[in-house]
Amino acid sequence: MDTAFMPKEGLDDLIRQLADSGYRVFGPTVRAGAVVFDRVDSAAQLPVGLASVQEPGRYRLEESGNRRFFDFVNGHESLKRFTFASQEKLWSFSADGTFQSGLSESPRTAVIGARACDIAGMKVQDRTFLKGKHSPHTDPYYADRRRNLFVVAVNCTVCVSTCFCASQNAGPMAEDGFDISLTELEDGFVVETGSAAGEAIAAKLDLIPPKGARERAEESIKACAQAQVRYIDNDGIYELLFNNLEHPRWDDVAERCLSCANCVMVCPTCFCHREVEVPSMDGTGSDHVRQWDACFTLEHGSTHGRHLRPEVRQRYRQWLTHKVGAWWEQFETSGCVGCGRCITWCPTGIDLTEEIAAIRDQPGEKAS
Amino acid sequence: MEKPKISVHKFSSCDGCQVQILSLEEELLQLADRVDIAFFAEATSRMNPGPYDVSFVEGSVSTPHEIERIQHVRDISKVVVSIGACGQSGGLQALRNWGDLTYYLNDFYTEPEHIDALPQSTAFHDHIDVDWEVPGCPPDQGQLKYVINSLLSGAKPNLPSEAVCLQCKRDGNVCVLVSQEQPCMGPITRTGCGALCPHQERDCYGCFGPQGGGNIDALGRRFNGAGLTPTDVVSRLRLIYSWAEPFREASRRWEQGAQGAPLPPQPHKHGGMRS
Ligand code: SF4
Ligand code: SF4
Ligand code: SF4
Ligand code: SF4
Ligand code: SF4
Repeated sequence: MDTAFMPKEGLDDLIRQLADSGYRVFGPTVRAGAVVFDRVDSAAQLPVGLASVQEPGRYRLEESGNRRFFDFVNGHESLKRFTFASQEKLWSFSADGTFQSGLSESPRTAVIGARACDIAGMKVQDRTFLKGKHSPHTDPYYADRRRNLFVVAVNCTVCVSTCFCASQNAGPMAEDGFDISLTELEDGFVVETGSAAGEAIAAKLDLIPPKGARERAEESIKACAQAQVRYIDNDGIYELLFNNLEHPRWDDVAERCLSCANCVMVCPTCFCHREVEVPSMDGTGSDHVRQWDACFTLEHGSTHGRHLRPEVRQRYRQWLTHKVGAWWEQFETSGCVGCGRCITWCPTGIDLTEEIAAIRDQPGEKAS
Repeated sequence: MEKPKISVHKFSSCDGCQVQILSLEEELLQLADRVDIAFFAEATSRMNPGPYDVSFVEGSVSTPHEIERIQHVRDISKVVVSIGACGQSGGLQALRNWGDLTYYLNDFYTEPEHIDALPQSTAFHDHIDVDWEVPGCPPDQGQLKYVINSLLSGAKPNLPSEAVCLQCKRDGNVCVLVSQEQPCMGPITRTGCGALCPHQERDCYGCFGPQGGGNIDALGRRFNGAGLTPTDVVSRLRLIYSWAEPFREASRRWEQGAQGAPLPPQPHKHGGMRS
């Protein structure tokens, strides 16, 4: 399909068409003063007329002064929870020797409002969970949900102060990885398709030729990239960090870091998990459960009853050096797509771009 | 094979932890099929004096007699599991540790001579070796079941010491500290409750005690940033787990005043940010 235009009212129709085609439809909605992904059946449930103000450690929704649906930019949830479940049963085992896989065909799920950075994050996680150059195995649980996910991307025409996708080549325009993409303008959406499934849905929508809308959309996306204030200088970043493992900045950040792991939980690319055996009450079997873990927990760095990273400093260092450094070695990409979530949702407002810049500023310093 | 003998013993407490076991209902009956509940005063009239394979102990140690009792339970039990905040830290009643016992005795009781209390309410691990501690006021039924069933299966239970925030985020909650400036204790509090309070859009008040690797002073500074005074920070720390060492020591530091500049810092231009 060529680029097309969908008037504002078309959004309701899109939601309906997805539902009629058998998808559970999730979209941005407001909960507890922020935007989360929840089930939607009409566009009226979207955060129309709201913008988010995001600063390190702070998130507020405010009136945007217009009637657009997607000016809220993002909330703490990326696509991660739709593909990499935060907790799930992998299998059960009975004392009589029966083994039952927890794998079942996951429901077909459509998510409206994924941003370029979210899709980029999902593609980074693909390198962990799908068989390929960087992983010898496919995780069937992830693969199944990934296969059943329909992504309606929204290209960003506004960003918040914490966004820096442009610096990470991850946005604000989604190049691929979506089924349908939308760019919101005052009067409607520029629509593109990225898959056969997307084509099939788009064919059911009332779309019109874009005229000049496509150019207007591209302009706004470009302006959004230019408006971003944060960045990471990725040049030689692996060497920079690993040559500075004793830099005093790690002590400085440890004074502020709670070791609460919120940064990991909200990061679209963090893949760490733990597996637990949960025995049943009648003693006849157990469930094998997987849940998100993080390098900020003591358990993550424990072996044979010893904590390998007992200090906060070591745990923050593990996170940052892996995320933006060792990831290159492991996956040939940065583990950071610049979504800014770890900055906003860090309760004490720790900003990784600032931490990296501080080390780059005075490299080679040793802690006394 | 003989069924393992289980006992439950109450010390100074509100009984809430035992109620968490009792209200397992159906599942408690399933458990009763697998074990011999030899002593559980709240639940049965059987008073089997031991020895026991596993003893669950609840409450804090606050009288001289309780010191003897807990030592006896230790002597006659293969495994001792302390359940709840009181057993792990001295509990809510350890608030008296911050004051003077004689004052409480003389001002609140008409006949204080009948009261034989220790000057402090303390945890079991201050008196005996405890094999496992299940945190919480009250402890979580899921964790209790997990510990019981793991022990009965011969597996070591592993209760994570991580912050509440992890479960809060796994459950998809919006952070009330970041979005609403509520003084949430989740970042320094141990997991286990299932992030109950944030689920209700409320700040956690720390009823599972300190997490394993948290940074209490940094959260205190964050609370300063949200408008709390150092005295407010002390009150946040001195509630249910006031006598757990990390909260106890931090609250002493905060009594002396703020432990550094408020967090987060005001937004400013810095490296990593274009001017
Ligand atoms: S490190 Fe932070 S900014 Fe980068 S992708 Fe993860 S959450 Fe987003
Ligand atoms: S940064 Fe930490 S939590 Fe994230 S993937 Fe790396 S080790 Fe795991
Ligand atoms: S980081 Fe980029 S793609 Fe992500 S929300 Fe911000 S502007 Fe959009
Ligand atoms: S960097 Fe922030 S979010 Fe991450 S563990 Fe530290 S305090 Fe928590
Ligand atoms: S609401 Fe509380 S527990 Fe949840 S993430 Fe925020 S600080 Fe942590």
